[in-house]
Amino acid sequence: MTGSHIIQQLQAAVPNLTASEFRGQTRVVVPVESIFDVLKTLKEKFAFDLLVDITCVDYLYYPDAENRFGLVYLLADAETGRRITVRCFVNDPEPTVPSVVGLWEGANWLEREVWDMFGVRFDGHPDLRRILLPEEFTAHPLRKDYPLQGRGERHNFPVITRAEG
Amino acid sequence: MPLTSVPHPGDLAHDEPRPYLWTMNFGPQHPATHTTLRLVLKLDGERVVDAMPDIGFLHSGFEKLGEHLDYNQYVTVTDRMNYVSPMANNVAWHLAVEKLLGIETPPRCQSIRVIVAELARISDHLLCLGAMGLDTGALTHFIYAFNPREQISDIFEALCGARFTNSYTRVGGLMRDASPKAIEMIRDFLKQLPKTLSDLERLMNRNRIFVDRMKGVGVLSKAEAINRGCSGPIARASGVARDLRKDEPYLNYRDFDFNVCCAEGGDCYARYLVRLAEIRESLKIIHQAVENLPAGPVHVAGTGRGQSHFRGVDDDRQNNAVGAAKIGTVPRVILPDKQAVASTIEGLISHFELLMANRGFQTPCEEIYCATEAPNGELGFYIVGDGTSRAYRARCRGPSFVHFALFPHLIRGHTIGDVVAVLGSLNIIAAELDR
Repeated sequence: MTGSHIIQQLQAAVPNLTASEFRGQTRVVVPVESIFDVLKTLKEKFAFDLLVDITCVDYLYYPDAENRFGLVYLLADAETGRRITVRCFVNDPEPTVPSVVGLWEGANWLEREVWDMFGVRFDGHPDLRRILLPEEFTAHPLRKDYPLQGRGERHNFPVITRAEG
Repeated sequence: MPLTSVPHPGDLAHDEPRPYLWTMNFGPQHPATHTTLRLVLKLDGERVVDAMPDIGFLHSGFEKLGEHLDYNQYVTVTDRMNYVSPMANNVAWHLAVEKLLGIETPPRCQSIRVIVAELARISDHLLCLGAMGLDTGALTHFIYAFNPREQISDIFEALCGARFTNSYTRVGGLMRDASPKAIEMIRDFLKQLPKTLSDLERLMNRNRIFVDRMKGVGVLSKAEAINRGCSGPIARASGVARDLRKDEPYLNYRDFDFNVCCAEGGDCYARYLVRLAEIRESLKIIHQAVENLPAGPVHVAGTGRGQSHFRGVDDDRQNNAVGAAKIGTVPRVILPDKQAVASTIEGLISHFELLMANRGFQTPCEEIYCATEAPNGELGFYIVGDGTSRAYRARCRGPSFVHFALFPHLIRGHTIGDVVAVLGSLNIIAAELDR
């Protein structure tokens, strides 16, 4: 099934879905309300059974950007190697998207990383904790308003001495 | 996470309190974790009831750095991701950048990149195989496997001057061409490695102790492998015949004759065998690439006007690419050599056009994902270009991150001694895991 065929069928189900092509990659942008259904359809009906990656982009300083966060789901078909990129946008405050751990077990850590780095919540995630940064950390460092040097967390980091440990 | 382990919903297989369970801390500093990763194990006697990975000890903000370094500078950071095979990361990063810019590198550059990427694969697999032996008690095996790695480091040193943190690729080319001496060293290596490989095979493949420790341990079914996003040798050991070198051939992989190595067991032993077999396939690829190395430049053609290297010029127009995406001009992407800078005005202009803070690369305002088959699995970069010479977002999809999430699933029900066997077979590189 070709890329355009899939997009036509998806567009029938989700009316405000936009599709584009760049250097041979098919990308679709869907409203956040229908992201779960679109991913589910792609997995179950179009055999995109491999979740390659979930990531996020903070468009705070991006030229002509309308939304703050863009979630990116990279899907592939393990049999044929076809790929599709699905994106949706969320905004402050409380950016939230539905979790896809129910569809792919592998989404668990990927969603935790996005929460950790961008502060985008995943509704229905079984265990949404920070993954790379310590629990005490308050910021989400891959947001564009977070400085490269940090906000002094390094200097105020709790140190456990040998006597306390 | 606090030092005492707190059971989290979803972590524990059973929710009822079982006070007789022991909690054991493993890592972050332990020889068998290879780098720094921590596991909190729930034990029922010697059985592992559950494992809770705690990662992030080596988090260094590579993705944040990627937003502040330009497309050539960032290659030095990719060296530090999977430091066992940095060449593969270099190639992956610059392939992604070139895909964003729409450049195709000349054939000689592609062949040399294939050679170094395959050497990196051999080096990575050798370390993984050796460490699998080491963790299960076979020190000799580790030393046998480590010896050829030394030769690969020598080859990399001859190619680019660095043994470990290579940074060999550049946007649109390489740091420098491969010298005849380096090619000769690669030929020597190709002659010597098969002997080491057969030594390794004879040492371990039918070694009763090793096979008992590996077979049936950490079994991953094909369906689980796909559901959990596995790639590379781990997926192939579970029967997923997926190899990006075949499925979406990048560089000039489609010119080479090689097999995709798969197994069906899905256990540690299958992963061991797949890696071992892949080394032989990599040797085949390197052999073909070295013997048919095309002549010509290793950089995309000069600066300013020349023949177009854009594959899809029309695509670029449609997508409102900024900058020089016009027929007949090649965007400046490669630094001219110092001779040209010192003696020609064009060279001087090109040099400063690329290096000045308000100049640099002209990228389209677009997003691209480009994946390569790294030794450990799918290594992909998701780059968002914003017209400047720095990536707006440089996401690295490292295989270790996805594979380590498997660990609790693989270890449940096995004994504590199997922890290192499973960990070794997954080949987790913490710098890539935490980035």
